[in-house]
Amino acid sequence: MSTTVDFTELSAKHTGEANKSRLRARYWAEVRLKAYGIAAIGVAAFALVLLLSTIVGKTAGVIYEKYITLEATVEVSDRDRERLADENPRMRANLRGVVQDAVAAAIPGEIGRRESRQASSIVSGDAGLFLGDQVKADNSIIGQTIEFDALLDDNMQLYLKGIVGRPEEIKSTGPLSVTAPDEDGIVTATFDPSDIGPIFEAVREQRADDAERARAEQRRQQNAVDVTEERLLEAETDEERAQIQTRLDNFIAARDRAEANADELFRLATVIGEDVSYTLSESDPSLLMRAGPGWLKLTEVERGRATGTIYLPLSDGDAASADFAEGEWQAYIMERPESTRLQTDRQVVWMENFEDRGLIKEVLNTRILTQSDSASAELAGIWGAVVGSFWTMIVTFLLAFPLGVMASIYLEEFAPKNRVTDLIEVNINNLAAVPSIVFGLLGLAIFVSGVPVNIFGTEFTIGGFLPRSSPLAGGAVLALMTLPTIIIAGRASIRAVPPSIRDAALGLGASKLQTATHHVLPLAMPGILTGSIIGMAQALGETAPLLLVGMNSFIQEPPADPLSPGNVLPTLIYQWNSNSERLFDDKTAAAISILLIFLVLMNALAVLLRKRFERRW
Amino acid sequence: MTDTTNTQAESAEQQNGSGDINSAAAIAANKTPATSGEVKIHCVDVDVFYGETQAIKKVSIDIEDKAVTAFIGPSGCGKSTFLRCLNRMNDTIDICRVTGQIVLDGGDIYDTDVDPVQLRARVGMVFQKPNPFPKSIYENVSYGPKIHGLASSKAELDSIVEQSLKRAALWDEVKDRLDSPGTGLSGGQQQRLCIARAVATAPEVLLMDEPCSALDPIATAQVEELIDELRQSYSVVIVTHSMQQAARVSQKTAFFHLGLMLEYDDTGKIFTAPSHEKTQQYITGRFG
Repeated sequence: MSTTVDFTELSAKHTGEANKSRLRARYWAEVRLKAYGIAAIGVAAFALVLLLSTIVGKTAGVIYEKYITLEATVEVSDRDRERLADENPRMRANLRGVVQDAVAAAIPGEIGRRESRQASSIVSGDAGLFLGDQVKADNSIIGQTIEFDALLDDNMQLYLKGIVGRPEEIKSTGPLSVTAPDEDGIVTATFDPSDIGPIFEAVREQRADDAERARAEQRRQQNAVDVTEERLLEAETDEERAQIQTRLDNFIAARDRAEANADELFRLATVIGEDVSYTLSESDPSLLMRAGPGWLKLTEVERGRATGTIYLPLSDGDAASADFAEGEWQAYIMERPESTRLQTDRQVVWMENFEDRGLIKEVLNTRILTQSDSASAELAGIWGAVVGSFWTMIVTFLLAFPLGVMASIYLEEFAPKNRVTDLIEVNINNLAAVPSIVFGLLGLAIFVSGVPVNIFGTEFTIGGFLPRSSPLAGGAVLALMTLPTIIIAGRASIRAVPPSIRDAALGLGASKLQTATHHVLPLAMPGILTGSIIGMAQALGETAPLLLVGMNSFIQEPPADPLSPGNVLPTLIYQWNSNSERLFDDKTAAAISILLIFLVLMNALAVLLRKRFERRW
Repeated sequence: MTDTTNTQAESAEQQNGSGDINSAAAIAANKTPATSGEVKIHCVDVDVFYGETQAIKKVSIDIEDKAVTAFIGPSGCGKSTFLRCLNRMNDTIDICRVTGQIVLDGGDIYDTDVDPVQLRARVGMVFQKPNPFPKSIYENVSYGPKIHGLASSKAELDSIVEQSLKRAALWDEVKDRLDSPGTGLSGGQQQRLCIARAVATAPEVLLMDEPCSALDPIATAQVEELIDELRQSYSVVIVTHSMQQAARVSQKTAFFHLGLMLEYDDTGKIFTAPSHEKTQQYITGRFG
């Protein structure tokens, strides 16, 4: 039953007090909603900025690469001479020996056998090959003394970029006197007792940490002792008691050992830099001293006195004792212990020396664009993956685009509307939402491995006709994945062509096919292309299905054709990212940047197409 | 003609015919029915169904050659549907079914051996909204002759395009910009382009589905003038909502109501002395 409503009364409600508060609540709700929106956009923008700045920041680390300028006499073996004279560019000579000699020559003073290994690992493993290429280009320099640039090893490049930290200067005011080295190159340095105090501070902290850890071990053992003592009280038989007693004795011994160790470490921590001498270990920060042209590494320190090894000669002349006035020497600390980094102290000292002498050169890194994958981080580039991506995209486009266009034209213009076409439509839309890795599995089974079938005892394999790791297989898999996107985009843009155009063509006596190919398709094409480009961009960034068809192989040469093994940019990024060498981190970021540039370009092209050919009816 | 109708016509002209219902009668009354009497399309008991719904019920009509036949009637009466039967445009609608006989020059156009595509080349159509292809003016007009192989050379195609545009009274306006897009023309020009395009396929019958409803009065006048000229060579069938227009351009008029064709006669007779009560009510504006 409805009651009678007085509409005059209802109208009065528009001006009442209740209305005012309702209005306020509405305004407030609007303000709140706006704030939520702005906050959401803010969070998204922040995430984007964070992402881009991380990538760009890391990419910046590989924009330049470091070379060392070396001088050497190019002496080659007969075998190398032959290779150098060969016309075939694939016959390369590795003049590793020349480069190693050059590095050794660049380091002041004598270097021993052990040091020569460290010396030769300063330059990239392929530095000899590059020199070989240089000589091959100009055979006349054989036998001559030339100056050449050798690419530095990735660890050295990272060091020069300061990734592992550089030696920090420590206040040093007084004079320094160094004794003549003994036969092992060991010297004793004496200096003002107030100097290099902060060094001791750092070492002391390190030791205190160790002592703290030892103390924790002692507490753990004490715990075990307590628990075992309780068990001993609860034990019922003598046999049991004896067993527990043995365990207890062991724990007590362990506790005492831990306690003594902790006490010793604490004692050491307090006496470092005092009158007692302290031997620095590999896990202590490294203490270095630069005096005149040379460098010392300190091995044992006490107040006002230190023992060290000469890493670079302190004077140009014969080894003898030397005195340095204030300002002529400087102490340094490398916070990161030698054992936790890939650059030895010797290499650190050499790099500092090279840089002081201006031998280090920074060159724009084109290698990352022009070279293919390599096991050495400093040599690796993306070119092979770019070529692989190119072939893959070509295959994807050639397979998915015609199929997609034909499917969408058929479904929109010719197919009868019935249950079957409805089912097909639903399934196509669902396919677009299928996880890409499923397409990868499908592609692996059908294109690469083949499906074994056994019918009435006859065994044969269906599929399996594409070579593993090939851009053809990868492209076919990505085509499967892209097809629904293209069909959906194609159907949408075909549907957007107004029926009046079809009427006009049909009214003129054009057949359905003529109407579709002469009028509908050309008008829908920009939309189809836009959708296809977006689908292709998606495929370009796809990793998972390609991992399954083996496109994550380590391939050092760009694929010459779609049938040769290759990898693509995303799988290269995946591989590099899982590589432990630190420089690969930066190279990964660079590869991501390049992939992003490609994607942005493709999307820009799609937007441009849409804007350029957009038609309003 | 009787004196009374003459007086009516004069008074209608004094009122300038704007919106006055009587003006349609006045215009019609002033016309001389100049029909050849030759039947071009002979329709017998045509029924059209959209699924279960019957849109056209038992329509029989003889459409004459070299004359303009107008279909009038209130919205939804089936006049457009019937028009689209004449060139089998209804075939493109899946659920549409046509029964009965439509005979063009002695052949049933719904015979199984008749190709609708070929039929549409003989029975051209102009639509309500100007729908030029988004291509050049030249391509718009030359498309039909091209797909039907009407021209054997470029020169011949050129002259077909030129003559079609001249017939559509558009040549002088566009002859210098045949390569510019057809969609860039004004509404009236676009509709004349569509007419030129239909004419270019050399049809025998021209169907026009409210060709002026999207045009302003000046463009309407131009198109009407054109229709009158086209009558010399074609059988023109026009669907219109404007009774004045029907009266102005047509020789024969058919009145449709709720899927039935209630009356079909000389235009002058329909507008001055309709025999059916509904026709009378419609043309005097009592409904519709």
